[in-house]
Order: sequence, then C-alpha cells, then structure tokens
Amino acid sequence: MVPVDHYLWLSLALFTIGVIGVLTRRNVIIILMSIELILNAVNINLVAFSHMFGNVDGQVFAIFIITDAAAEAAVGLGIILAFFRNRETLLADEMDMLKW
Amino acid sequence: MSPQPYFLDHIWLIPMFPLVTAAVMLFYGRRLSNQIVSWLCSGSVFISFIYSVGAFFQIVARPSGERIFTKILFEWIPAGTYHLLDGRIAKFVADWGFQIDPLSCVMVLVVTGVGFLIHVYSTGYMAHEGGYYRFFGYLNLFMFSMLMLVLANNLLLLFVGWEGVGTCSYLLIGFYFHKKSASDAGKKAFIVNRIGDAGFLLGIFLTSALLGTIRFVEIGPALTAGGFAIGDPRITAIALLFFVGATGKSAQIPLYVWLPDAMEGPTPVSALIHAATMVTAGVYMVTRTNAIYQLSPKAMGVVALVGAITALFAASMGVVQNDIKKVLAYSTVSQLGYMFLACGVGAFTAGIFHLMTHAFFKGLLFLAAGSVIHAVSGEQDMRKMGALSKKIPVTYWTMLIAALAIAGIFPFAGFISKDLILGKAYEKDALLWAIGYFTAGMTAFYMFRLIFMTFHGTSRVDHEVEHHIHESPKSMLVPLVILAALSFVGGWISWPEIFGGNSHFIHFLSSVVAVPHEARIEPVKGPGSEHGEIFLMILSEGLVILGILFAWFLYVKRTDLPQKIANSFGGFYKLVYNKYYVDQLYDALFVNRAKDLGLALGAFDRNVIDGLGVNGAGWLTRSISKVSMWWDTWIVDGSVRLGARIVWIFSYPIRLIQDGLVQSYMLLIVIGLIGFFGYYFYMARHAIH
Repeated sequence: MVPVDHYLWLSLALFTIGVIGVLTRRNVIIILMSIELILNAVNINLVAFSHMFGNVDGQVFAIFIITDAAAEAAVGLGIILAFFRNRETLLADEMDMLKW
Repeated sequence: MSPQPYFLDHIWLIPMFPLVTAAVMLFYGRRLSNQIVSWLCSGSVFISFIYSVGAFFQIVARPSGERIFTKILFEWIPAGTYHLLDGRIAKFVADWGFQIDPLSCVMVLVVTGVGFLIHVYSTGYMAHEGGYYRFFGYLNLFMFSMLMLVLANNLLLLFVGWEGVGTCSYLLIGFYFHKKSASDAGKKAFIVNRIGDAGFLLGIFLTSALLGTIRFVEIGPALTAGGFAIGDPRITAIALLFFVGATGKSAQIPLYVWLPDAMEGPTPVSALIHAATMVTAGVYMVTRTNAIYQLSPKAMGVVALVGAITALFAASMGVVQNDIKKVLAYSTVSQLGYMFLACGVGAFTAGIFHLMTHAFFKGLLFLAAGSVIHAVSGEQDMRKMGALSKKIPVTYWTMLIAALAIAGIFPFAGFISKDLILGKAYEKDALLWAIGYFTAGMTAFYMFRLIFMTFHGTSRVDHEVEHHIHESPKSMLVPLVILAALSFVGGWISWPEIFGGNSHFIHFLSSVVAVPHEARIEPVKGPGSEHGEIFLMILSEGLVILGILFAWFLYVKRTDLPQKIANSFGGFYKLVYNKYYVDQLYDALFVNRAKDLGLALGAFDRNVIDGLGVNGAGWLTRSISKVSMWWDTWIVDGSVRLGARIVWIFSYPIRLIQDGLVQSYMLLIVIGLIGFFGYYFYMARHAIH
C-alpha cells in the first residue's frame, strides 16, 4: 500500500514541470502539451484522494477532466492551425497582438 | 302647382349634350373612328338644337308678360351675407341657374342652329386633317361654354361661360399649334381677352357691391329699389367696366387686334367662334344688362361712339386686305361695331337682330371662303384667285347671296337689320348715322372687291393648282345652301312696318329691354315721318349700289387702276395697308414694355432675390459654419482629445504590463498564486501559534 503523500509528491512534480514548461517554452504546441501535464497532475491528485477516502466521486471527476482535456486539445490545435495560416509562426513570444 | 312645360323645365340640358360629347372626345376620342366622332359631335349639337326649338315654342306659347323662365339647379357659391357700399346688408347668391327668355331664346337658337350647320360643314372640311377628334372635342366644349353664357341667370355664371369660350377660342386658334404664327395668335387672343375680362370682372364685383345681386332678373328691381338716378356715376362705372369686357370679347377698339390674327385657326372655327357666336357675346352681355346702361347716358354714348368708330375703322382696313379671311375678319369687327352702335343708341333689339342676321351671312361668308380655300389647295391670297365662279358654282352663288346680304341689298337679311340700326342712329345723332352710312358704302365695296377678285376677271391661280380646283363635298355644300336661304329670308321675321310688316322679332324681344324710369319719348319709327325712313333707305341703297359698281369698275373693268390709286395715295395707302400700325403701336407701348418689365423683374430676381437673398444667405451660412467648425475642431474636440491625452499619459506604466504575450500573463498568475499561497500559509502558521 503506497501512502498518499507519494502520490502528492508525484503530482506536485508533474504540476511544477507543467507550469515551468508553459512559462518557458516558446513553441505553442509544447505549451499545450505542458498544460496536459498540469491537468494530469490534478487527475493524480483526484484519484489518490478518491482512493484514500473510498469515495468514487473523485475518479468520475478525473474522467471528466480527461474528456475536457481532449476537447481542449482539439480546440487548441484548431486555433493554432488557424493562427499558423495567418502569421506563419508557432512561437508564443511573437503572439503579442492582444494588447493595447 | 301645374307641371312645367317639358323643354323649359329641362333647359339646363341644352348645354349638357355638347359637354358630354366633349368629355368623350377629349378622354376617349383617340380610339374612335372619324365617322363616330362626326355623328356623336354633330348629333349632340343637333339634340341641343331640338331642345332649343322646343323651348322657343313653349316660350312663344306663354303670354307676352310671362316669358321669363328660370330654372335653378342648386346654389353654387353659398357665401353668406355682406355689406353693400351704402351699408345695407345683402345675401350673396350665385346659383347654378338657367334663364330662358326671348333674348336667350334667340341666342340659343342661333348658337345651336348655326353651330350645328358648322359642325356638319367641319366633317367635310376637317376630313383630311390630323387631330379630328381633338377639333370636335374643342368645338363641342365651345358649344357648351357658349350655351352656358347665353343661358346663365346671373353674371357670375355668365362669366364662367365667357371664360370658357375664351379658352376654347384660344385652343382652336392654336389648333395648328406646330405653326408658330398660329400659337402666337392664340396667345394674343387669350391675353387681349384677359384685359377685357379684368374689366368685366371688376364690373361684376361693383354690381354685387352696389346692388346686392348678380341675378339678371333682380338687377332691374334692385336699381329701382336703390333709387339710382339717371347718370349716377357709380352706374356709369359699372356700365363702362362691362363695356371694357365687351370690347375684349367682341373685338372693338381698342382691343380688336386679336380678331384678325385669330384667322390662323381652321376656317370653320373662324365661322363659328370669330364671326357667328363668341364675338357677339359682348353685344349679348350689353343687351342683357341693358337696365344698367339705360341709367347711364354717358356710357351709352361711349358704346355708340366706340361702335361707330370701330365700324368705320375696321371697314377701312378691310378695303386693302388681300387675304380672303382677313377681309372677312375686319368685316366682322366692323359689323360688331354696328351692333354696339345699335346698343349705344338704345336700340338693343335692333342690335340683337343684326347679331342674328350677321350670324347667318357672316357664318356663310366664312364657310364659303373655306370652300374656296379648299378648292384652291389652301391658298388664301385673293391675288392668286380669280375666275372661279364657273368652277365652283355652288360656293359662288351662296357667297354672292351672303355678300348681297352683308352689303344690305333689299330685301336680304342684312338690309333689314342694318337699316333698322341706321334709322335708330339717325334719331339719336346725325353724326353717328353718317359714320354708319359711310361704313355701309365701304362694306359694299370691300365685299364685292372680294367677290370680284375671287370669282371674276382673269384667273391668277398657280398652274399646278389650276387643275386641282374642285367643288367641295356635299357635307360642306348643304350648310352653305341652308345658310344662304337664311341670309336671304332671315330678316323677314322682322319685316319693317312701313312695308306692311309688323316687326315680329323686335316685339318679341322688347320685353327684355328695360324701360328707364324717365322713359325718353321718341318716335317709334323713322326720323320724323315714314317718308324720312323711306328716304334714308333709298339713300343707303344708293350708296351701297355705288360701292358695288365702284368695286366692279376697279376689279373687273380696269384692273390696272387699283395699283395706280394705291401709288398715288402712297403714304395713306401704306398706313391703311399696315393696319394703321396699331399692332406696332401696341407692341411699342404695351407689349415691349411688359417684356421690359418682365426682364427687369427677371434681373431683380436674379440679382436681388437669388443673388442677395438666396446666395447671400448661403454665403452667410457657410461663413458661420466655418467659425462653428473651427470652434468644434479646436475647442470642443480639443478638450475631448486633451482629456484622452491626459489619460493616455497616466496609463503608460500600466500599459507596460499588458504586453499581449500569454506567457507573461501566465507568469503573473503563477507569481500571484505563489504570493497568495505563501501569505496564506504564513498567516495559517502564525494563527496556530
């Protein structure tokens, strides 16, 4: 039986890698992948606590998040594709039109 | 209440028949064939004629004191009450009402009778002209207006007809509107008539303001009730204003200038409107309002003098004209002068009698002239005619009868009516008689000059026209023959008493002539005695025959003489030939001055109204708007932009954070979260301890 804090450490590690990835990588596709890491860190948290409390709600919630992540990937890749067609770039630091 | 006689009760239908066909012609005429147009238009006038004859017999059947019959359809202008000039209060009454009495009876018979014959004639004359339905539409509209004029029971309704005939006259003179001279002549007729109409209208206003009524039957009693003395200047004013209207419509000096030009219209129009009916409206109107004239010897004197001078003046111009229709036009002016002479000397019935006989023989003269023009392919210059009597015999004989009638040869119609007028004039004033007498001689001369130049002597017709000469169709000849018969016997209905007659016509009419309160006592017949009357007649016959012989001598026997005479009278001949330069005088005095006024007003409009007013206002608006725009740009907008600039400046540091990069936003979120959680945990730890 693995104690719950192991899971939490794993989750924290994944989350931190994800956040650093989002903040530092220039390619938007990598950023999108990093967001997936963050979401999965959350999933691990949910499943771990669900197991610990013997309540299945957390696992159901994790499945919703997986679904949501899939939808998000679809929409996100669509946006990236459309953006690439217009600007011919995938670098996040060149996407700076959304300002005053 | 016993039922009214049918034709008298339905007197209002007489003008309606031509009105209906006129409306049909003007709205649907284009789609109808010429034959249907002819039948409809002539037919409606013929029905009117039948109704007129019916009304005539029913009027004659009544006792002579009750021969005025009024039919009021409805009140036309309910204008309420008003103050008369002398302070009395009167109710203004203008009905759509019809009055039939011996006078309107005669007029209606003449208008519908001669009108019908001219309609029939027109079906032949206009057969090959364009706008056939338009011509007949106008003609029927004219018949309606003329019948309204003679049947109206009040001055205002008479004025409606008066203006209606003027309009139709304008339309028909300008019938060939693509010809500039024709449309100019139409305009001239219309404008000259407006001058007269202005006087007539003022006369109606004054009548209404002075007498409180405009109904003919009430004018006489109103004059008596108002206590107007003979020679009252207000009455004279009314009479003279009416006469101004009459000079316009009936082509008297000084407003006669439009009638000769009116010959631009088709010849049947000249016959119907400018000889037989419309131009006599002035004589009818003066006779209709004779109660007013009887009270004003001065106005009567003016009427007689203007009539006599016009008769002489126009006849002198007729002598030198070469256009066959122009001769007849001046002759018409001259004969109308006779009628006014008759009215002016108080012989209203004689004036109406001459009006009737004149309608016969002058209508005939014009129709015959039309037939001649028709025969020689549209030529109107008598110098290019001659020797036509054998080629168009019916036209020749009927025209000869008409010429004998107008010249006043015994016993043609013109003799009886003209000598009646001359006799009455002699009773009044020898000078008026002398003018009329001399004019009669000139009339005989110029009429037979026309006859001889057209039908006798050697042919001066162009060669290519020569072999086209042909007699007119039956539809034109039948009216000629009927009118010729009327020109011959038409005067006999008033056969003079000295020849054993009893002046039926004059007695029939006399009931409409008012007797002034201080009736002038005058001999009923000739000057002094029967012998005097006979003597006058022989005298005028002698002059007439002399005139005819003189014309024969000059234009058949010695055709070289007229030119020599013209040359020896050089200046005077030129003066008369150019119609005394009256047209030029009017042009110089009035027409060009009116044009100058128009130009001056136009310049005023352009420079002051448009220039100063409209353009000035535009310039002012633009200047003000420039100032306003400066204020808007720099002050109003400037203050707004200043505010924006201030906000912009102060917002600069904040704007630095919003760089549009998703990752920097994310970084801020993460820093915020770390800060938040750090603070949270820090506080939580300290709260525990």
